[in-house]
Amino acid sequence: MNNFKALVEWLKQAITDKEQFHLGYAAEASEFVRFNHAKVRQAGQVQQASLNLKLINDGRHADLGITLAGEPELDRQRLADGLQQLRETLPLLPQDPYLLLNHNAWQSRNEQARPLPALAQVLEDINQAAEGVDLVGFYAAGPISRGFASSDGAFGWHQANSFNFDFSLFHANGEAVKASYAGDAWDSTEFARRFKQAREQLEFLGRPLHPLAPGEYRAYLAPAALEEIISIITWGGFSAQAIASKGSSLQRLYAGEQSLSPLVTVTEQISGSLSQAFSTEGYPRNDVTLIDAGQAHGQLVNSRSAAEYGLSTNGASSDESPSALQVASGSLAQADILKQLGTGLYISNLWYLNYSDLPAARLTGMTRFATFWVEDGEIKAPVSTMRFDDSVYNLLGSQLEALTADRELLLSASTYSQRNTASNLLPGALVKRLTLTL
Amino acid sequence: MFDHHATLKQHFSALRTTADFFSLRYVRESGQYLAVRKNIAEPPHLNHDEGVMLTVRFNGVEAYAATNDISLPGLQAALERAEQQARLIKPHALLDLRDQHVSSDIADYLSPNLAQAFPSLSDCYQLLGDESAAVPQDERLVNWEVSLGLTHVEQIYLNSAGAQLRQAQRFVFPGVNVTAYDGNDSQSRTFGGTNFGQQGGFDVIDRFGLVGAAPRIADEALQLLLAPNTPQGPRDLLLMPDQMILQIHESIGHPLELDRILGDERNYAGTSFVKAEDFGHLQYGSPLLNVTFDPDIPEQLASYSHDDDGTAASKQFLIREGLLLKPLGGALSQFRTGMGGVANSRACSWNRPPIDRMANLNIEAGDKSLAQLIGGIENGILMSTNRSWSIDDARNKFQFGCEWGQLIENGELKGVVKNPNYRAISAHFWRNLSAVGDASTFKVLGTPNCGKGEPNQVIRVGHASPACVFSNVDVFGGDA
Repeated sequence: MNNFKALVEWLKQAITDKEQFHLGYAAEASEFVRFNHAKVRQAGQVQQASLNLKLINDGRHADLGITLAGEPELDRQRLADGLQQLRETLPLLPQDPYLLLNHNAWQSRNEQARPLPALAQVLEDINQAAEGVDLVGFYAAGPISRGFASSDGAFGWHQANSFNFDFSLFHANGEAVKASYAGDAWDSTEFARRFKQAREQLEFLGRPLHPLAPGEYRAYLAPAALEEIISIITWGGFSAQAIASKGSSLQRLYAGEQSLSPLVTVTEQISGSLSQAFSTEGYPRNDVTLIDAGQAHGQLVNSRSAAEYGLSTNGASSDESPSALQVASGSLAQADILKQLGTGLYISNLWYLNYSDLPAARLTGMTRFATFWVEDGEIKAPVSTMRFDDSVYNLLGSQLEALTADRELLLSASTYSQRNTASNLLPGALVKRLTLTL
Repeated sequence: MFDHHATLKQHFSALRTTADFFSLRYVRESGQYLAVRKNIAEPPHLNHDEGVMLTVRFNGVEAYAATNDISLPGLQAALERAEQQARLIKPHALLDLRDQHVSSDIADYLSPNLAQAFPSLSDCYQLLGDESAAVPQDERLVNWEVSLGLTHVEQIYLNSAGAQLRQAQRFVFPGVNVTAYDGNDSQSRTFGGTNFGQQGGFDVIDRFGLVGAAPRIADEALQLLLAPNTPQGPRDLLLMPDQMILQIHESIGHPLELDRILGDERNYAGTSFVKAEDFGHLQYGSPLLNVTFDPDIPEQLASYSHDDDGTAASKQFLIREGLLLKPLGGALSQFRTGMGGVANSRACSWNRPPIDRMANLNIEAGDKSLAQLIGGIENGILMSTNRSWSIDDARNKFQFGCEWGQLIENGELKGVVKNPNYRAISAHFWRNLSAVGDASTFKVLGTPNCGKGEPNQVIRVGHASPACVFSNVDVFGGDA
């Protein structure tokens, strides 16, 4: 934090009276180990840090991303060079009618520095647990920092240590079960317990495949499967700009022409989550109820949309996607899932979803990892990979029978550009009809 | 250009290690993304990024350390972290690389027209603003954007075997998209964006045809609003190049990646329906199918002289007359399997390690003009511009959707239809390839957005293709 603060202080004295700035910061030191056949396939470490400088002058503004070197003098020089580049850029731009600045000097700090496990211990625990099983997976760990400061005196800092071991166990027949162990305190006993659970599921996958024809089936979507549906909806689904410009898959929900089941309440719950409590645009991020008992309620509104559409910003990210989504729990007890499903599909994961018809919120995607055929409340056999094609208004609307009472906290394992801090807290969903097409 | 080369060479020579082999890969990237949305200039996003990946090999075990600190002490510290990592994983390592050959090549590679100055920021905004303003006034046109992405990348690779490989590339990504809405349905048309990018300078924008594109794209979005839904049922399918690139990417490219076949990607990107023993034997497609790994088309996104492990790249047939010949496997995958391959070991930046990736993966042109392709179809549909893609983790069962459809009846193009989708199985689909367009239908396209790997990497890939016809494909529309 001290390096970032020093850059902020330098920038404050470097700008003129007419200039304002936003300065974002992102850094991580990550240990990455990927496994194949229960051995280490590739391992390394990545140390990276960057700034995002927005310079504002007379209603004009531009952003510049700058990789830092970690050496104070050089970093100050890079920031000075960046400031100069933006000073030369702004006069070339028109004034931006959608620029909306937050002049509050808000303060936000969240620091967690629990020690992470030594890699040698992690490798040993994984080696022991994976004895005799075909494990493939990825371990990512280390500190992550995010910061924000503005010329108006706002300052936010978020720093946390975390690990995420995302893995799959493969049966010799090619079927697999997916699991993960993530958090901020590695507990060898807890890891071994989770691994054992995955091993037990793997045993069911050794049974002969149950052939399945395209058609309509009762289905239970475990939290990780529901997450895939929720995740594709978040591609603009709750974005104020996408809703206004008809690019949201939930445009008919927000227009009041469609509704979801009264069981469905969706919230962006930043408070208490693993994500930072401030946006890269300099706004504190609010908790927002997005869907309330099946009806559209709030939207994710960043400052640009607030200015364009006359809304109030709630500190949404630049792409107005959520990062701490929660779906309210239902009443279906964990022990009753198979019994209430009766005969149908138990789907652990879905994969590679996309839209068949976006305005109609019609989705397609695949089953992947541990999908079972259930008869009279008992798991009978795994089923081969199947494609579904169905509407959100069916799956989470007319065909939704129940949500589970227990929810699962699913931490993102995404590492595009940097380790992701997003999470979803989701129940499982029992649906009366899921349409399989291929 | 390459102004860090001398310093890096000095630093590299000064590094101290007892490793059997080590390498340094420096990447510097700068870019800008400009857009005008509904005649309002969006603020520009500029970036400067640089860093180094050091890789060491101890007793056949390899590990890497990437650092943003490119001073000599920073590089030495990273090298030592990589050494420590290699020692730590030794008892658990999957691979023994003691006998793997390493490159000692020396070469430079430059994008075409790299010395040509690119238009100024003001000129770019003027171009985008003029195009945005050319979208006609129609209250049904609710959203549109004209954009231009520009990325410069310099890479320097050095290793302890004497390799010295330098690349300087410039990538250009123009795009237009328009959304129309009639109070119930919305339809979008896209030109370029994630479907188009090339190496070069302003010549890319000229070849793309950005000037004058927006009114045509807007008109097509309005036509889609008025169009009926795509009818359901089997038809012959004429795919234009801007959908063919997605078809090639998902159902030829990914299944032929050798690291997937070896199981490395089973936890994330997936596996493949293709097996190692299929090469040289499997009839992947009809005899009309010729697929190449081709790094030699200068303007294509992934043209280069060497990949990121230092292997020299050359044009190779992966599928010839429908027969599967070679996988997309770089030097490491070739060493692991004893199979042939190509120079496709690639990393998206300095902070990610090279893995098997698509690069330029193309379908060679055939002998039919577009008129002949259409003329040969009795009951069919033309589809253009991908908008939806979904395929299973073995890259077999797929469903793809396009923005634009036009029915074909008795050899003639008929009316426009909306929401055109099709689904099939890769293992059978390419065997239904019944006609391949000639050079007049061939387009050099690509995408900046191919995701894969743990840690995740998104990378530029090039695809070039003629228009192609597939017989008897399951086609359907949307709900609207």
